[in-house]
Amino acid sequence: MPASTLDPDAPPGRRAAFAALADVDCLPGSAKPDPILVADHVSRQFGGLKAVDVNHVEIQRGAITALIGPNGAGKTTLFNLLTGFDKPDSGKWTFNDRQIAGTAPYRLARMGMVRTFQLTKALSRMTVMDNMRLGAKGQTGERFFASLLPFTWKAQEAANEKRALDLLARFNLDAKVDDFAGSLSGGQRKLLEMARALMTSPEIIMLDEPMAGVNPALTQSLLGHIKNIREEGTTVLFVEHDMDMVHDISDWVIVMAQGEIIAEGPPDAVMKDSQVIDAYLGAHHDKALTSDGAALTNTPAGDTQ
Amino acid sequence: MDFSIILSQTLTQAIGITAIIYCLAAIGLNVQFGYTGLLNFGQVAFVAAGAYAVGVIVFTFDLSLWLAILVGVVAATLLALLLGIPTLRLRADYLAIVTIAASELLRLLVRSIAFKDIFGGAQGLNGKLGQQFHDLNPLPIDFQPLPILTWTRQDIWVVIVGWLLVALFTLLVWGLVRSPWGRVVKGIREDEDAVVSLGKNVFVYKMQALVLGGIIGAFGGIVWAVAKQSVQPDTFQPDFTFFVYTILLLGGAARVFGPIVGTIIFWFLLTGIGEVLSQAINAGYIDFLSSTDVGSIRFILMGLGLMLLMIFRPQGIFGDRKELALDAR
Ligand SMILES: Nc1ncnc2c1ncn2[C@@H]1O[C@H](COP(=O)(O)OP(=O)(O)OP(=O)(O)O)[C@@H](O)[C@H]1O
Ligand SMILES: [Mg+2]
Repeated sequence: MPASTLDPDAPPGRRAAFAALADVDCLPGSAKPDPILVADHVSRQFGGLKAVDVNHVEIQRGAITALIGPNGAGKTTLFNLLTGFDKPDSGKWTFNDRQIAGTAPYRLARMGMVRTFQLTKALSRMTVMDNMRLGAKGQTGERFFASLLPFTWKAQEAANEKRALDLLARFNLDAKVDDFAGSLSGGQRKLLEMARALMTSPEIIMLDEPMAGVNPALTQSLLGHIKNIREEGTTVLFVEHDMDMVHDISDWVIVMAQGEIIAEGPPDAVMKDSQVIDAYLGAHHDKALTSDGAALTNTPAGDTQ
Repeated sequence: MDFSIILSQTLTQAIGITAIIYCLAAIGLNVQFGYTGLLNFGQVAFVAAGAYAVGVIVFTFDLSLWLAILVGVVAATLLALLLGIPTLRLRADYLAIVTIAASELLRLLVRSIAFKDIFGGAQGLNGKLGQQFHDLNPLPIDFQPLPILTWTRQDIWVVIVGWLLVALFTLLVWGLVRSPWGRVVKGIREDEDAVVSLGKNVFVYKMQALVLGGIIGAFGGIVWAVAKQSVQPDTFQPDFTFFVYTILLLGGAARVFGPIVGTIIFWFLLTGIGEVLSQAINAGYIDFLSSTDVGSIRFILMGLGLMLLMIFRPQGIFGDRKELALDAR
């Protein structure tokens, strides 16, 4: 095992995730002590291109798992398959030990598996607050006949609104509550989408490039929010290209290339893995994956095991 | 030129029976297209379903008008399910193609010789379709029609009840769209996948909107059959649907009062232009046109007007420019 360090003042969620993952093998498809999501033989082909071909993968509950890989590795496609937005050619997967292959995406969202999109889907001609309210689950007022009787849903609506305001404040969007979502900047839309997904109180939140387009000053606080999500007990699976960020917040990293999972492990170990560096930078490289040089270069394969 | 005739004709049309029929169809379309984003290009089929329900039940089977209204609602619901089940899970344009095809198919079906005994073929069904309704007319028998509006006592009764229906459905739509239900359908209009990702069964909401809009449209057909005491297949051409879209865009889609404002302006302008032109031609002010051209000229001018509106005020009369200016990225 490579020396993965635990910050002495790490919060309990981080400690728990670290401890749980400490004895997990750094091998693609390795078994986790308490997986929330387990996928087997999931494949998806586009014409002649095998976009996703994942033999086995497990996502640890309560941890922040990063899914990384070069452009076109199949990360978004895997998200789409797991959340039911796309149909695989083959494969089975479970969520909380329940078979969910073929389940409609809205049902998965209700079960607690919520995702965001790489190409942000803010509902432009609705206000930021309406975007947020839409996220709340189990709303009486969303039923056709009950909607005509405001007294049946006013209280629930007020409670949802309060929760929405709290979340918006966390994501620095509280000044935008009554603006149309379409008037937000690209980065703000990313934030709104994440906040909206959290309105569903998910068990696992799957974020597709949550930091893309968010300015560096805000990134730090956003990282803090994602860590907080874990501290509150929600599992986070996210796709990200910025290795510094991945290094900073993830408990575990899964690497995809050409549709397959090629490596897994704690961030330090993965970033030293020569296979990973090869996949990212090509076979001849002399650069580190992170700016602080966390990934050493030209590490011979096997060193990390 | 006789302006009192122009005014009286124009006003009569702008708030008359035809306007009510179009207005109901537009309220229905507003639920489907304006709020939910469903491209229903066959709204006329729902209107026809309502009208033919009255024709068939009252005329062909000689049963009660009240039963006919119920049948009209059921027919519109079934039609919406039939059109929606195969298409609402697919991309938006599928519904558009299927609805426009279905509306023509239905028209050809009811005018066919094969079903002449039921639907009356090309002549349609003509008789005392709305008698049971007109028997309830509370206006005194010697009621003097209003001086400027050229309605009969019977027309006025239809107009009163018709606008009450419009008010009722407008209230219903208002109640729905300000609720969380309305928020979901507006979300679907903006981005279906986002709404799915938040755990909403989008298919059910789209179906509810299609059914509700269809039922409101069917009431337009019911008013039609009752007021005109006849249903004829060729009045239910696809252009009806396009006029309803024009009305909706004029008034502003996704506005509760859009259909009402749009209808009144549409019929006011269409009739007004027609009347002014005919009178100008008859009086010899315009000699390069004949009075038979007026029918098409007024539509050309309407089209031109609609183009100008879309250029300078794309949100419609009531719409919110700020809202429309947002790009839907
Ligand atoms: N709908 C589609 N039709 C055809 N090919 C597709 C489709 N979606 C994805 N692909 C292909 O599948 C492969 C994986 O795409 P995917 O979007 O999953 O990559 P990704 O890992 O998310 O990349 P990025 O980091 O750039 O977002 C790519 O080669 C892409 O061209
Ligand atoms: Mg992607």
